[in-house]
Amino acid sequence: VSTVTQQVGPAGTAGPTRPLSERRPFGDRTFQIITLAAGLLVLVILVLIAVTTTQQAAPWFKAEGWGIFGKTWNPATNQFGALAFIYGTAITSAIALVMAVPVSIGIALLLTEVVRYRLARPIVYVIDLLAVVPSVVWGLWGILVFAPWIQHIYTSIGSAVTGIPVLDTLFGPPTSGASFFTAGVILAFMITPIITSLSREVIATVPAIDKEGAYALGATRLEMITGAVWPHSKGGIVGAVLLGLGRAMGETIAAALVIGSSATITLHLFAPGDSMPAVIANQFGEASGTFRAALIGLGVLLFAFTIIINVIARAIVGRAAEQGSA
Amino acid sequence: MSVITGQQPDLREPAGWRRTKNRIATVLMVVAFVLVVIPLVFVLITVVARGIKIISWSFLTSSIPPQVAPASEGGIGPAIVGTIEIVALATVMAVPLGILGAIYLNEYGGKGPLARLIGFMADVMTGVPSIVMGLFIFSIWVLHFQFSGFAGALALGCLMLPVVIRSTDEMLKLVPNPLREGSYALGATKARVTTTVVLPAAIGGIVSGALLAVARAAGETAPLLFTILTVTTVNRNPFSGPNTSIPSQIFANATSPYTGAQDRAWGAALTLVVIAFLFMIAARIITARFTRYSR
Repeated sequence: VSTVTQQVGPAGTAGPTRPLSERRPFGDRTFQIITLAAGLLVLVILVLIAVTTTQQAAPWFKAEGWGIFGKTWNPATNQFGALAFIYGTAITSAIALVMAVPVSIGIALLLTEVVRYRLARPIVYVIDLLAVVPSVVWGLWGILVFAPWIQHIYTSIGSAVTGIPVLDTLFGPPTSGASFFTAGVILAFMITPIITSLSREVIATVPAIDKEGAYALGATRLEMITGAVWPHSKGGIVGAVLLGLGRAMGETIAAALVIGSSATITLHLFAPGDSMPAVIANQFGEASGTFRAALIGLGVLLFAFTIIINVIARAIVGRAAEQGSA
Repeated sequence: MSVITGQQPDLREPAGWRRTKNRIATVLMVVAFVLVVIPLVFVLITVVARGIKIISWSFLTSSIPPQVAPASEGGIGPAIVGTIEIVALATVMAVPLGILGAIYLNEYGGKGPLARLIGFMADVMTGVPSIVMGLFIFSIWVLHFQFSGFAGALALGCLMLPVVIRSTDEMLKLVPNPLREGSYALGATKARVTTTVVLPAAIGGIVSGALLAVARAAGETAPLLFTILTVTTVNRNPFSGPNTSIPSQIFANATSPYTGAQDRAWGAALTLVVIAFLFMIAARIITARFTRYSR
């Protein structure tokens, strides 16, 4: 015992008598500060995105005021109302969600509740492949192969619905291969992987005992899904869908190639339109002055919309995952 | 037994409709999968069939001709050089920073409010549209220092950073705590435990996560449009002057009325898809081979 007191005592050779927890070598503390800096970089970049792009867009905000939400976009006359692009983004994202959500939830249920592990793996591979096809390749295929092909279908649908009140407005002639609807379909392909994989994660957190209970009561698989899986995971699936919406809104290159590039607000889904990211990609090269400020301003709006959607979605998905693991 | 079975009321009544509904639901799930496979197969077949006709060693190395040139002339050499420069620079910046950030989240921050905020915002940042990253780098860098491959790398790096943070964080979470505690018990500092015990234990997953991030970044077009521009000549210096990349060339050629330019776009698309798939396969192999701890 006496030797121990000697060692840690002031006269000992072990150095100053600080508690062990405070004895941290310089290198250790430096490393911690470096990792903290790397972590903070995420927050710094997000703040910088907001600040610098808003600065560059300021001339547009100042010149137009609430006119930024105006209907007319005409660089030749210095009119930069963004409503047509906001509308295009909303309508293409809506079309994409209507198609992608049921399909994604269906595949997620197939993977979690129907097929066995061995069969699930190749299906997951296929979904991953879908996610790895670059946006520009979807766009290239969309404009050179898909749009000309679907144009024929649009034409026949258009001539079939001519004169029928609502359908004529939505789908009647004149139709165009590059249109809101084509863009929506391509976006649907692109957001299906993310909605599928997140829904699958959420559904996987449903306690086995709930499912077994449903089966024990004599439920069919469908009844088990609607009675046990759905109530438990609907919140998380809403989050997954919102994340898909965020992706669809921000998807640029594929939309830029197949949407038709026309700043029009119309209910006609087979007509060419434009969306916020698409117009930035297509017109930025020739823009300067207020025109360029307006395009950067569209980016600011897009950033704001997607951040809000992502924050809500991540909060929902995070809470659903915590409930599952708790 | 048989007597009991005979008398037993059929619990599945009304069998017909309930069973039918269940079957319809199952069939619909399979249909959902088929609906996804069809476009994927069509895209891949088209890209391979049209790309293979033009792709050759000289296509991959030749200079980019004017769009009017027939398919037999020129190639995408400068675009390949540009993509390698830009993606490599982005990787060099984003992967180490992402790993360090994840180390903070997992080893130092713990469940503290700051670490939770950073983790949450990293998730949110993965949802920032790639075109916004392009506008951001245009505003903060290109306006002051002109177009360059490096500007493009900054934009791609910003896109990769949160992806790397998240995938690394997942892998670090899987490293069992007794490993860390054993190391502390031997008197190692936290930095030493992290670099010599935790990171090596998770390295397989970290590398494969980084490879997937690189594969995604290599296919990005939108962040490069206003950071590197799109030129047709080789620029070996990524720090100065406009550059080009494979996706940029596809985008430029996709709307071209000339069939030669379109053919070159398909060739470039095949090159890009093959690169992305190679990275994905490499990631899978590394995951399968070198993963010590998995879910």
